[in-house]
Amino acid sequence: MKSSVVSKLTFSTIPVDAGLHAATGMSLEDIVETVRESGLRGRGGGAFSVGRKWEVARGVRSDRKYVICNAAEGEPGSFKDRAILSGYAPLVFEGMTIAALAVGATRGIIYLRAEYAYMLGHLESVLAARRKAGLLGKQVAGNPRFNFDIRIQIGEGAYVCGQETALIEFLEGHRGEPRNRPPYPAVSGYRGAPTVVHNVETWAWVTCVMAKGAKWFHDLGTPKSPGMKLFSVSGDCSRPGVYEFQLGLSVAELLRVVGGEDAQGVQVGGASGRMVPRSQFGRKIAYEDLPYGGAVIILGENRDMLEVAHNYLKFFTSESCGQCTPCREGTRKLLDGVERLRNGRCSSAYLDQLISLGESIQAASKCGLGQSSPQAFLSIVAHYRGKLMGRKLVDDAR
Amino acid sequence: MFFTERQQIERDVEMLVAVYGRERSALISILQDIQRKHRHVSEYAMQVIAHMLDIHPVEVYSVVSFYQFLSDTPAGRYVISLSDCIAHSKAQKDAVARQLETELGIRFGETSADGRFSLKRVGCIGMCDQGPVIRVNGRIYSEVSADRVGALISDCVADTLPGGACDIRESGPGDAGSGESSL
Repeated sequence: MKSSVVSKLTFSTIPVDAGLHAATGMSLEDIVETVRESGLRGRGGGAFSVGRKWEVARGVRSDRKYVICNAAEGEPGSFKDRAILSGYAPLVFEGMTIAALAVGATRGIIYLRAEYAYMLGHLESVLAARRKAGLLGKQVAGNPRFNFDIRIQIGEGAYVCGQETALIEFLEGHRGEPRNRPPYPAVSGYRGAPTVVHNVETWAWVTCVMAKGAKWFHDLGTPKSPGMKLFSVSGDCSRPGVYEFQLGLSVAELLRVVGGEDAQGVQVGGASGRMVPRSQFGRKIAYEDLPYGGAVIILGENRDMLEVAHNYLKFFTSESCGQCTPCREGTRKLLDGVERLRNGRCSSAYLDQLISLGESIQAASKCGLGQSSPQAFLSIVAHYRGKLMGRKLVDDAR
Repeated sequence: MFFTERQQIERDVEMLVAVYGRERSALISILQDIQRKHRHVSEYAMQVIAHMLDIHPVEVYSVVSFYQFLSDTPAGRYVISLSDCIAHSKAQKDAVARQLETELGIRFGETSADGRFSLKRVGCIGMCDQGPVIRVNGRIYSEVSADRVGALISDCVADTLPGGACDIRESGPGDAGSGESSL
């Protein structure tokens, strides 16, 4: 396996423990304020304000608080967290330590997807080194009142566990079914205690923000989407891999850098994202235009968009946790519809019904995963309808 | 001393409860270790675990049936999973899939009669930039081509790979860790 990192990352320029060092010199309120001022938002896809989450968790009185690193990275097309964990794990653990200090948490948990279990030895050795250096354990960083340690929990294979409340259900020994919110985990999360959950990449950026200051981060990107972001780029391009870009770059610019100018479409945001056709390559990747999770899959001229829709819907039918009907039954019905299209057996009227079903799934599903499950299908139908209809008749001997 | 399979399960669960405790949150860790050792969580194991944690066996079953890596039927000694990631070239992926079926004499979703191999298609495993990708137990092979599939399976047969359904394979730091190889 070769390294996935293609572009130079800010992570490689941050001095060891500069972030934690800066944090220990501040009041706890100022740490939270710095993170809030930076404008950093969750980098896993949820895009919630990081500072706001901390503020809430800090404000709840409880003798037990937790910080959790979400390394589920189940989104098809995403592999940046794998690259971060294998190259920059200390930044991730440092970010968790800073949050623990600020909100008053004593325990950290890393939820590591089972497919990444091969990294366990490496991650444990990084944790051990930090314990030895006094950066984890009792009296962290010389602060007599700050005790904090981190453990790793390997997952058992469930896409939905990337959703923070489902992840907590898993840790508590249950099926990974998302909870109703509120209460949000920052108020009542793991074992009912205030819990701050962030994606791997978010934790690493926390450390960068503390090391280089809120203004540095806020001045990059766009006013509404400050800072940088890692992108997992794959598919039909000459230079796939992990890239760092400032938010606000256009799809066309990204394609130029990675050598994918000939794309007929780009799936932004992985399976739960949307297909962006060539006519919209001028659009910007930022919260205010094309929201993202960081997964960019480039589809070349020779790709059949129907196969893309089929692949994603098949994925969602097998990964739906099954607790709510729109997602559980709806995605199956959409998959059946795509198979009808494939076999040349879908009328225009039926396709319109499928679109309306897709919109219902978006509106009625309980969690973000369910709500986003029809998005790839809907965007493909919207932009490539002419290429999907009138397929050669196939007898489906299923 | 000889133990029956059931006695062995009871001993294992007792030992794990001593390590992880009796709280509900210990359930996942206990199941993970049983799965890894026995390559599945049998109905009897579920009953023993439920008894020890003081929950209903169906609670244990509901968890086992939910997660992809927990199973109530034994998998092959080597579970070979091909990533179905859309980012990979379909032609290359199909060629590898066909070759895997030919070499092993089983179809996807099946386990070989000698219990040695299981063949599965799985969703994206986070190796989108280096396809086609195969996962054999805990080890990941990137940029696999059809002509190298035979060598990969010989590796398994020669037992140079860790056996069992062990999903944990430790590796050194960095992307070039020993748990990963390129074919």
